[in-house]
Amino acid sequence: MTLFQISEPGESPLPHPGRRAIGIDLGTTNSLVATVRHGLAVVLPDLEGRPLVPSVVRYTEGGVEVGYAAQAQATRDPANTIVSVKRLMGRGLDDLGDDRRYPYRFVEGQGMVRIATRAGVRTPVEISAEILKALRERAEASLGGAVDGAVVTVPAYFDDAQRQATKDAAALAGLTVLRLLNEPTAAAIAYGLDNASEGTYAVFDLGGGTFDISILRLTRGVFEVLATSGDTALGGDDFDHRVFCWALEQAKLPPLSATDARVLMTRARDAKEMLTGHDAASIDVELSAGAVDATLTPAIFGEITKTLVGKTIAPVKRALRDARLSPSDVNGVVMVGGATRMPQIQRAVAEFFGQPPLTNLNPEEVVALGAAIQANKLAGNREGDDWLLLDVIPLSLGLETMGGLSEKIIPRNSTIPVARAQEFTTFKDGQTAMSLHVVQGEREKVADCRSLARFELRGIPPMTAGAARIRVTFEVDADGLLAVSAREQTTGVAASIAVKPSYGLTDAEIARMLQESFAHAADDAQARALAEARVEADRIVAATEAALAADADLLDDAAHARIDRALADVKARRDSDDRGALTAAVQALNEATAGFAAKRMDRDMARALSGRRVDALG
Amino acid sequence: MRGVRPAFPLSPMIDFSRNHFDLLGLPARFRIDAQALERAYRALQTDVHPDRHAAGSDAEKRLALQASARVNEAYRALQDPVARAEYLLHLRGVDVRTETDNALPVAFLTEQLERREDAEEAADAQDERRLAALVDAVRADAARLQTEVEVALDAGDLDRGRRRVRELRFLTKIVEDLDEMRAAVLDR
Repeated sequence: MTLFQISEPGESPLPHPGRRAIGIDLGTTNSLVATVRHGLAVVLPDLEGRPLVPSVVRYTEGGVEVGYAAQAQATRDPANTIVSVKRLMGRGLDDLGDDRRYPYRFVEGQGMVRIATRAGVRTPVEISAEILKALRERAEASLGGAVDGAVVTVPAYFDDAQRQATKDAAALAGLTVLRLLNEPTAAAIAYGLDNASEGTYAVFDLGGGTFDISILRLTRGVFEVLATSGDTALGGDDFDHRVFCWALEQAKLPPLSATDARVLMTRARDAKEMLTGHDAASIDVELSAGAVDATLTPAIFGEITKTLVGKTIAPVKRALRDARLSPSDVNGVVMVGGATRMPQIQRAVAEFFGQPPLTNLNPEEVVALGAAIQANKLAGNREGDDWLLLDVIPLSLGLETMGGLSEKIIPRNSTIPVARAQEFTTFKDGQTAMSLHVVQGEREKVADCRSLARFELRGIPPMTAGAARIRVTFEVDADGLLAVSAREQTTGVAASIAVKPSYGLTDAEIARMLQESFAHAADDAQARALAEARVEADRIVAATEAALAADADLLDDAAHARIDRALADVKARRDSDDRGALTAAVQALNEATAGFAAKRMDRDMARALSGRRVDALG
Repeated sequence: MRGVRPAFPLSPMIDFSRNHFDLLGLPARFRIDAQALERAYRALQTDVHPDRHAAGSDAEKRLALQASARVNEAYRALQDPVARAEYLLHLRGVDVRTETDNALPVAFLTEQLERREDAEEAADAQDERRLAALVDAVRADAARLQTEVEVALDAGDLDRGRRRVRELRFLTKIVEDLDEMRAAVLDR
């Protein structure tokens, strides 16, 4: 029960008992809004009783349509009807790869992709905001007044750019964002509170386009995410596609027109859904290229989608490994997302964990319900049990260091909020500025990670290389959003940036990056060693050249020639891939300059002493 | 926002000047009560976590973020044996990360290098059992070393402690690498 709040004298009472708080599941295919009413989380349906809002936005002559109305026109008006906009959030044009997959007119420009519609150029943030606005209006009609705050869910694997874009979209839709919440975590809240369970849970979230797995521990009212992983290029759509290809093969048809393809894809999806609860599903359709008449059985479906099912298990293993657990340590497996209705997914999960998965909540609604419960609590409407949520960041955050390597500052699966600092130094004598490049990902080379932001720390007083102490602090808040600041310790020169990247990773890239980071751990170690050897080579070349420019008169011709030869040798090997030869050349240069260094030190000492005498006289 | 102060005095939530052990109410020694650590961590987060202050002023939210991050940092450092030992040494004036005398005993290094070579061979041969046996062996060594670290540090033998910690950190890294190799074989 909601308690009536009694206001202090002099304070105005709240306009109604409890604040209006909502949870929003902003999905790739469908979106939902839920709230807590009389202590119970409920999804808010439209006037016709439909709980889902298809995540489709259409720009019409006179305005904007969202949901079923827009979906109905998708094939007729593809250029102005945006589907699956979630895939474009926080993405640049370069990230999309083959943009011919999309029927839109993309506009060149800085940062995030933009789409030219009949209503003008729109960003994914603006398009998502239309969906969120429709959900807000639905909630306001149902709750009888303005919404005070919302929790919006994001895939656990969303990076900083995608999270920031989602938060921006919510603000644009006139929502006060109480928190961005990871989708599997939201589902765990709905389940955990519903079943009053304790123990370790796995949340298996297979959506339309993404797959997330989170491992959580529930103890005495604390939800602690231990690890999260996923494959953001794997979802229910891929299963539809396999059925589509199979049907095409059965009918022995040539490649289809766009309209035929859309029709057959819809039939393929229907057949897939029919198999949940039936022994066979027929695909019987007349296309312009010919007729398709095929009967899909569970056995055939199982065979053609076996590799997809297998692909969900690798991230599950990885998450368990990161959590230092084995499958038998898991007390329950929660299924989330419409695609987990498929029997062979349920069988594979049951087999892997040695227990049947939990399916007593609607897998399509559970994320929105969990978000509503969290929103209700964050808004201050405390009801019933008290509990706390401790979540993690999905991908490591780091800085580019010399040699194009990523120095990880905050490792993946760190509990948020988290702040961590690391000191860096200057590379050259008299260096007065340092540029910082913030990256996200697991690979060692910066080129293989996602670039989040670049910024510069200026005004460092000139010092010898290595003398400046630049402390860089990374801070990730409870929404999983990063802020970076840098400060030169001896002088206090500071620069800071809220990381507002212009675009982020493609889903496929995140998955690929993570998969490759495991597959290429050995390559990375070698690449790191080579890059480090190059950095060392550059350092010694620069130091030697500077010393020669200043004090060459200390050397006799033979010694000078020996140093020149060794220097040329290092330069010649600098860009080859032979690390051994480079290291040997650097070593030779070190030896060749040893006597020279000693003579320079003597001269420096003499200069310093004479300087002091001058001071004393003055 | 920098330089803007809250209009009213705000309690700092936690004492940021305390060390990790004091913050979590535990005695500053290597051997810790894991359950007490867990309880203290949860109790602190229950007070300071940003979710507890989501309806507060901007200043309160900012403070909750900092306090919660600080508690997470302390918990992380005390939960992990190597990090805990290094932190304890740091509190006692020994900074293991910057020490120059950081060589490992030759016999120790030789043994670990041989193990790594064994593991690489086993991985090439897709021999998961042999890899698992190697992981178990390194784990057993790490457990033994951890006991030695505990004995040395809690008896105040910092020099012995810091040398054992160095070995323990090395073994922990090997366990991680071997685990990764084993997982790669299993996933194939």
